[in-house]
Amino acid sequence: MLKHTPFHDFHVQQGAKLVDFAGWEMPLLYRSILDEHEQTRKSGSIFDVSHMGRLHFSGKDAVTFLNKVLTRNISEQKAGQSRYSLVCNESGGVMDDVIISRDVKNWILVCNASNREKLVKHFTKVRHDLDLDFDMSDQTEGTAMVALQGPKVIERVAGVLPVDIKALKRYQFESGSYMGMLKFTIFRSGYTGEDGVEVIIPAKIAGMAIKLIAGKTDKPDATIKPAGLGARDTLRLEAGMPLYGHELTQTIDPLSAGLGWAVDLNKDFIGVEPLRKIQADGPKRRLVGLELEGQRIARQGTPVLLNGQPIGEVTSGTMSPTLQKSIAMAYVDAAHATEGTTLAADLKGTQVPAKVVKLPFYKRAQ
Amino acid sequence: MLRKKAMPDAPKDYRYLESHEWHKREADGTITLGITQIAADELTDITYVALPKVGDTVTANQRWGDIESVKATSDLYTGVSGTIAAVNNELTKNPGLVNSDPYNAGWMIKIKPSNAGEFDKLLSMDDYRKKTGH
Repeated sequence: MLKHTPFHDFHVQQGAKLVDFAGWEMPLLYRSILDEHEQTRKSGSIFDVSHMGRLHFSGKDAVTFLNKVLTRNISEQKAGQSRYSLVCNESGGVMDDVIISRDVKNWILVCNASNREKLVKHFTKVRHDLDLDFDMSDQTEGTAMVALQGPKVIERVAGVLPVDIKALKRYQFESGSYMGMLKFTIFRSGYTGEDGVEVIIPAKIAGMAIKLIAGKTDKPDATIKPAGLGARDTLRLEAGMPLYGHELTQTIDPLSAGLGWAVDLNKDFIGVEPLRKIQADGPKRRLVGLELEGQRIARQGTPVLLNGQPIGEVTSGTMSPTLQKSIAMAYVDAAHATEGTTLAADLKGTQVPAKVVKLPFYKRAQ
Repeated sequence: MLRKKAMPDAPKDYRYLESHEWHKREADGTITLGITQIAADELTDITYVALPKVGDTVTANQRWGDIESVKATSDLYTGVSGTIAAVNNELTKNPGLVNSDPYNAGWMIKIKPSNAGEFDKLLSMDDYRKKTGH
């Protein structure tokens, strides 16, 4: 039985094509992936991201605990700040990528839907093993979460919610309430390469909130229209953002993934020793962007070759709707990860030239 | 704007494969082939159709090409054997025609059949829907 988010009725009303995503019935698309992609780049989209895990931490040892399981040093993090971080296993492989936010009374950790149960088990074990004293509560099913993304989103949301959103910097957040009843937490963040916000609200008022925040989403010229997981994937790929299960897995370390900026090797955390060694030796493979010639798409698992020899593997690929080019992310031997290097993608025996390019593929105008 | 095409209207006089290809017999006996709305919707936005060359031969129930969408790559089959008489080069520039007009402008290949009887053995629209559960 698939789980439903509080927006399930909305998805059905809007004619969404629904798919199983990590045990949740989620919209793949409403109109078309390309249409939703373009709407996000040019105006705005609303994405249901309620399936993502939301864990709260509070109590005496919460900071000690979080610093033990997260690669980022959170000691200096102030209330109202969010940080992207990794959770690593003992070998330095990535268990999940998360956003950790410090609220006034507690910490909010947003994780991938597919990793939520694994993380809760891991965290419970760490708490037990280290005999730490803190509360962990899973708020995922009592709350809803939407992402509003696109160049026109901030203006639209600023006119509706009683929060000075324009003053919020990227990776800052604020909690507020609307007419004293609609409690919400709003983050200036997202997963599309566009400006925008992510909002957590109580599950019970989700239906009302979505109308209030996004407006009339079903008009042809609406500023904000619903978008599904299909567009979310093409958008994040153009923006060069990793997706768990593709660019990040239990056997991939964050340094090879180019996420060294989110790893503090000067503190003690689970996985730090192997990561220090990788840092000292230099990663053997690196995540790169590839631009393929022609119209074929290199999908996850496609071998990457140099002079006919395999030197890497594609993790994600698509036909970039914005750039109209076949793009991919891949892990390749560090020796061949330099921008401008011409490699080849082995598409079922046909070798297609693939040039190493700078990530992200797409950067919005500031 | 709703995508509620509960029953995409697959033409009655066409013949189908369970793998979602439609076949239309033209007045001159050639067979035009494309994929159904159900398949196009399932694939999502189509980005590329690998077409054969005019003069190539194709065999019933064998793969003759493939189709790519933002989401996936799928093989393309034919229900009739023969020689490729024409290919829809418009799809090279505008593969989205397969999504927007799968039964007309989104056609893919025309086959000069080597065995006229094969067409009649293909699935009717009703049987195709039953087999694919649509």
